[in-house]
Amino acid sequence: MEVPRVQDHSSAKGGGVSALQRLFKFHGGVKPAYNKEASTGLPIAVAPTPTQLVIPLHQSIGGMPRPLVSAGEHVLKGQRIGGADGNVSSAVHASTSGKVLAVEMRLMPHTSGLSAMCVILEPDGRDEWIPRQPFDYRNATPTETRDYLRDAGVVGLGGAVFPSYLKLNPGKQGKLDTLVLNGAECEPFITCDDLLMRERAEATLKGAVIMREILGAGQVLIGIEDNKPEAIAAMEIAARAANAAAGDSSIRVVSVPTRYPAGGAKQLIRVLTGIEVPHGKRSTDYGVQCFNVGTAYAIYEAIALGQPLISRIVTIAGNVRRARNYEVPFGTPMRDLVTLCDPLPDSDRVIMGGPMMGLLMPADSVPVVKATNCVLIGSKALFPAPPPEMPCIRCGECAKVCPADLLPFEMYWFSRAKIFGKAQEYNLFDCIECGCCAYVCPSHIPLVDYYRFAKSEIWARELEKESADVARERYEFRLLREEREKQEKAAKLAAKTAAGREKAAAALAEAEKPATTPEEDAKKALIAAALERARAQQAQARPENTDNLTPEQQAEVAAIEARRAEIREMAKPHVRQSD
Amino acid sequence: MNNSPYFLKPASVQSVMLRVLAALLPGIAAYIWFFGMAILVQIALASVTALAAEAVMLKLRDKPLMLFLSDGSALVTAWLIALTFPPIAPWWLTVVGVLTAIVIAKHLYGGLGQNPFNPAMVAFALMIVAYPSLMSQWPAVGFTDFAPQWNAIFGARQLDAITMATPLDALRTALHTADARATVAGVLGSDATFGNIGGKGWEWVAAGYLAGGLWLLQQRIITWHMPAAFLATLLLVSGGFSLFDATRFAGPSFHIFTGGAMLAAFFIVTDPVSGATTPRGKLIFAAGAAALTWIIRTFGAYPDGIAFAILLMNIAAPLIDMNTQPPVFGHKDKGRHLE
Repeated sequence: MEVPRVQDHSSAKGGGVSALQRLFKFHGGVKPAYNKEASTGLPIAVAPTPTQLVIPLHQSIGGMPRPLVSAGEHVLKGQRIGGADGNVSSAVHASTSGKVLAVEMRLMPHTSGLSAMCVILEPDGRDEWIPRQPFDYRNATPTETRDYLRDAGVVGLGGAVFPSYLKLNPGKQGKLDTLVLNGAECEPFITCDDLLMRERAEATLKGAVIMREILGAGQVLIGIEDNKPEAIAAMEIAARAANAAAGDSSIRVVSVPTRYPAGGAKQLIRVLTGIEVPHGKRSTDYGVQCFNVGTAYAIYEAIALGQPLISRIVTIAGNVRRARNYEVPFGTPMRDLVTLCDPLPDSDRVIMGGPMMGLLMPADSVPVVKATNCVLIGSKALFPAPPPEMPCIRCGECAKVCPADLLPFEMYWFSRAKIFGKAQEYNLFDCIECGCCAYVCPSHIPLVDYYRFAKSEIWARELEKESADVARERYEFRLLREEREKQEKAAKLAAKTAAGREKAAAALAEAEKPATTPEEDAKKALIAAALERARAQQAQARPENTDNLTPEQQAEVAAIEARRAEIREMAKPHVRQSD
Repeated sequence: MNNSPYFLKPASVQSVMLRVLAALLPGIAAYIWFFGMAILVQIALASVTALAAEAVMLKLRDKPLMLFLSDGSALVTAWLIALTFPPIAPWWLTVVGVLTAIVIAKHLYGGLGQNPFNPAMVAFALMIVAYPSLMSQWPAVGFTDFAPQWNAIFGARQLDAITMATPLDALRTALHTADARATVAGVLGSDATFGNIGGKGWEWVAAGYLAGGLWLLQQRIITWHMPAAFLATLLLVSGGFSLFDATRFAGPSFHIFTGGAMLAAFFIVTDPVSGATTPRGKLIFAAGAAALTWIIRTFGAYPDGIAFAILLMNIAAPLIDMNTQPPVFGHKDKGRHLE
């Protein structure tokens, strides 16, 4: 392994604003062709408002927002059209003013080709805002601030679209050591964060300062890959100003070595702080929280300007003559953007995101959403079909480049054989699907596809098992209830006859011993009997093979249960890049 | 491709295998210099047999012919067999060896990537058990005349003039069977078989393999773990024993530069398919192979123990891999590595 794995740090590179910042290496990674120059030549342009916007209600991880408008209604720019629903959800807003044509199912920007509820908006051309008011977060309770950000629709813009208000929580200690701002942008072709940092460094820093106050973070580390000198310079100037204003030097811009996936949240946290956040753990438990620079800018807009998240910077690149970054209102069809950039005639596909982790779009008509950092136009020449798949020769290249320190070839082996338990033992769910393994595989095996398949199979089985469990519990409870009702009926009947027959005797007896009536006795006995039966039944329902276990077996059972719980946790859609 | 990643690094099994073949060339050059052109005949014979056997097996198994035939894996097996068999072995010995490797050890186990045992070592082990005398006839250093070598391979075998025991064989025979006063130093000094550090001529062949192996390291086809662990273990074990009793145990330079040790260190233990794959596993695997090699060389009945050593370690490879999984991200040291 040429890359040292633990406690090795690359040569410390000064972050300009900072004194020397000690950096740490993450294991693995690859250096694909970056292809970023094409879209960095021109400044960010504002994309024209299309004739029709298709704004999906579900644009973040978590619950589907409720539609707040109906067909025919007139809305203003920034008006909420989808209200957050449930604990994990984020609001959606009208990207411009206009008329709601319909609220209906439309094709979503996802490889699956599934449709979901969208608000179809016809712009009126006036682009008329709702009244905007800065939010005074300093005089608001943390809950009020979080509610405000939820209703402003701010989500992680690094690609994972996790609602930001949930991450703006300092955790158990009430404060954090470090707020990491992710400007690494390691995916090839994508330059939206680069341009954001070049052109809007000051506002981004203001957003970072707000987040830092909410989180009570000691220092702010802004990690940027060293292939973006302009962005680093711009952010350094802004950081210096922010430090001067605060009278300290706690915000530092750190240039990190360019190596994919340095922009993975966990990888960047490791590089900047040396802390490894294990899978399934919250980074706040380790005193760190990580946000994308675009998210910081969105938070600045929401809090300082009172503008909800209604547009974002999108890189349009790939097989086009004029690659460029645009500020795009959500709901704009990707096709419109592609046309702006003059695609080459052999273009044959649209990818949302970069070439390493991006999603193939089912059509170019799908709308730009909060997760759209890049619209990548592909062709057979640019992204040629892979050579034929060969068997795995266990060369170990995949393990060398895995940033999660996994053994991808073993996971492939077991996923392919559908031995999912073993795949999990090889920590399948620690896989971040970065694609490094598939990128280097000399046998051209689509390794990530195998992991996606195995994960979805495991989730499906877990769900199946869960619903089977629920059904069994229900059935058992019904049996129990029926039995109890029968007993009660019988008891009543018995009590009645007993009461009729022995009325006189009962009256006599009652006079003598007032403590308990036979009626009550009978009831009690019956209840006791019913309880006993229920207990017996319950004991019977318990699988016998868990009786009389050795301590080792019990430990194993406990371990399996723990793993199941972990999987259920992981079954929630997982966070890919930082947000 | 429908799913990410949409572009791949230009790498292929073929390019890996071809670079392994290229890395063997310096060793082969030295081989020709000291032992004549016979080795080229053997390489050609083995290559043709391997490709033919591969083609037939692929056809029988209904696999895409050209795709797998051009992957180069059969050629690597063929060359390793040619380089480990005596260069003046009769043609059918090589052919049967290669057939064993390709048909039985490779394809009957599922073909490329599926074989639990190193095919070349299966061939060597089988042939040395079945034809011990033929597998022990090696050309003497300097007898590079091609005609008698050609005759030895294809014609009537009049071998006395051109064969002699290999250095390992000579030492073992002398120590085991000659009079009890024989010592390592005595044997090494007296016999023309022995060169400056290893076997005469063989030490240069080993140097050629070393050069090719270092190039493979530089090309990142192999990692340092296996060669380092193999050679270090051989050095430590043979060095330790020769310190203990130099009259009975040959020293480390002899062990490293004689027989197949250098070839094994860079080209045979490093076979990824049949070996261990985790970093720690590779160290254990190669160290085990080296220790077993020394034991078989020193106490066993066969002159060189590498084939048996590697086959034994092949059996252990899955177990080694299973117990040497590297800790995954975040599970190393409770995930905290600050200062």
